Amino acid sequence: MRLKPRAFEYVRARSLQDVFSVLDAHGDEAKILAGGQSLVPALNLRLAAPEIVVDVSAVEALSGITVVDDVLRIGAMSRYIEVATSDLVARHAPMIARAIPYIAHTAIRNRGTFGGSLCNADPASELPACALALKAVFNISSSAGERKIAASDFFLGTYTTALEPNEVLVSVEVPLTGPGSLFYFDEVARRQGDYAMAGLAARAEVRGGVLADARLVFFAVSDMPLAASAASALLEGKAPGSFDAEVVCEALAQTIVPLEDLTTSSATKLHLMKVLTRRALTDFAGKEA
Amino acid sequence: MTAPIIVTLTVNGEPVSQAVEPRLTLVDFLREAIGLKGTHVGCEHGVCGACTLRLDGVTVRGCLTLAVQCEGATVETIEGMTESGAMKDLQDEFVERNALQCGYCTPGMLMSAAELLERNAMPSREEIREQLSGNYCRCTGYQAIVDAIETTARKRGALGR
Ligand SMILES: Cc1cc2nc3c(=O)[nH]c(=O)nc-3n(C[C@H](O)[C@H](O)[C@H](O)COP(=O)(O)OP(=O)(O)OC[C@H]3O[C@@H](n4cnc5c(N)ncnc54)[C@H](O)[C@@H]3O)c2cc1C
Ligand code: FES
Ligand code: FES
Repeated sequence: MRLKPRAFEYVRARSLQDVFSVLDAHGDEAKILAGGQSLVPALNLRLAAPEIVVDVSAVEALSGITVVDDVLRIGAMSRYIEVATSDLVARHAPMIARAIPYIAHTAIRNRGTFGGSLCNADPASELPACALALKAVFNISSSAGERKIAASDFFLGTYTTALEPNEVLVSVEVPLTGPGSLFYFDEVARRQGDYAMAGLAARAEVRGGVLADARLVFFAVSDMPLAASAASALLEGKAPGSFDAEVVCEALAQTIVPLEDLTTSSATKLHLMKVLTRRALTDFAGKEA
Repeated sequence: MTAPIIVTLTVNGEPVSQAVEPRLTLVDFLREAIGLKGTHVGCEHGVCGACTLRLDGVTVRGCLTLAVQCEGATVETIEGMTESGAMKDLQDEFVERNALQCGYCTPGMLMSAAELLERNAMPSREEIREQLSGNYCRCTGYQAIVDAIETTARKRGALGR
């Protein structure tokens, strides 16, 4: 069998204005093409059949990784490989640099983009969970103007975000990692590059010897990245090595029923969430000094 | 409209300019429009790695790239890389180690392996396997492929390359 997309029109945008004019004219019959690593498979399999595709890879406004005041700004069109090898990302948002090698394979990371992953909003994806754990803010534009959305308001469900059909994700702002910041990122997958069976993006700060602003965010366990707030609250105000991981795991079991998927039951996912949580807390305890 | 668009790019050092339908993937463009059949097609949705080739110096999936996205780009395929001799030692080692049987996966394997050795001159077997996670081989069981890549790295190291 040979796969072939349905015919579509192609526009290479040179500016945000170009993108807006396509989106305004075609509404949800238009699709933005960034790295194409989710859209092109969907076209090949005819899961997507837009009338028109607007390539945003040459739009200057979507590129670049910079520090602006107290945030790290990552342009939506930044490719995974660029983000993974950026000194600024390594210094100011090391969780993101750590997470990217878990995504797919080299040839896909050479092409796929930071913004594309977030807009695609696959519940098993690594970067949406990082964005939520790091309290990232999304800069969104349309012909009607600009707006900012918190990560916690951006993800609405499987492949569903707060973006309107006429809107473009321009960049994402991540607060700079401060002194005393701890993070942990890990996932369990069947093979390297496979989507996770369960994953964890965790961060906290040590202030005056105790944990503050702790966030455990799980992925591949729900229809969007899931902040485990009850379990995270148990960490607040405690010294990193001073509590019983089993109590935190119990809070997960009491408050979260993971969504099963084709290969992994809810019970297995809960088990993996606990395994990841123990690893994270052990890691935090080791960094106590 | 969905009418063909002229795309101008460099393929294996040669300038190419052709009208293509927007929906034509890069691998189909290479194989069908310009007759370079060395790059293979398997799953056509990014999973198997048979279509791996070089675009602007890095490996990409030929099945997940549209030809129209390649305006002004530089493409290198297994034919070009073979002709230039850029990875002759790696290819010879694949033959030496029986790292191919049917050969379906081989062009993509070589592209992935060549890129790994450029980024990491002495990868561990673990790192080689990680890199090959995106390239399926249904014949060899990978052991011989990993051996061939590891041996190439060692020999290059000994030669100071
Ligand atoms: C074999 C394989 C394995 C994979 N494994 C993983 C994995 O383990 N983890 C993982 O997270 N992902 C995985 N992926 C998906 C990959 O990470 C995609 O690259 C990513 O999800 C989409 O990024 P892209 O730039 O390629 O976006 P595209 O495919 O170009 O676009 C994806 C969607 O986002 C929209 N979009 C893109 N950019 C914008 C923007 N700036 N504004 C508004 N909308 C936009 C597009 O219209 C489209 O709907 C895998 C893909 C393949 C083929
Ligand atoms: S044909 Fe492109 S990855 Fe399988
Ligand atoms: S040699 Fe047959 S698929 Fe690899």
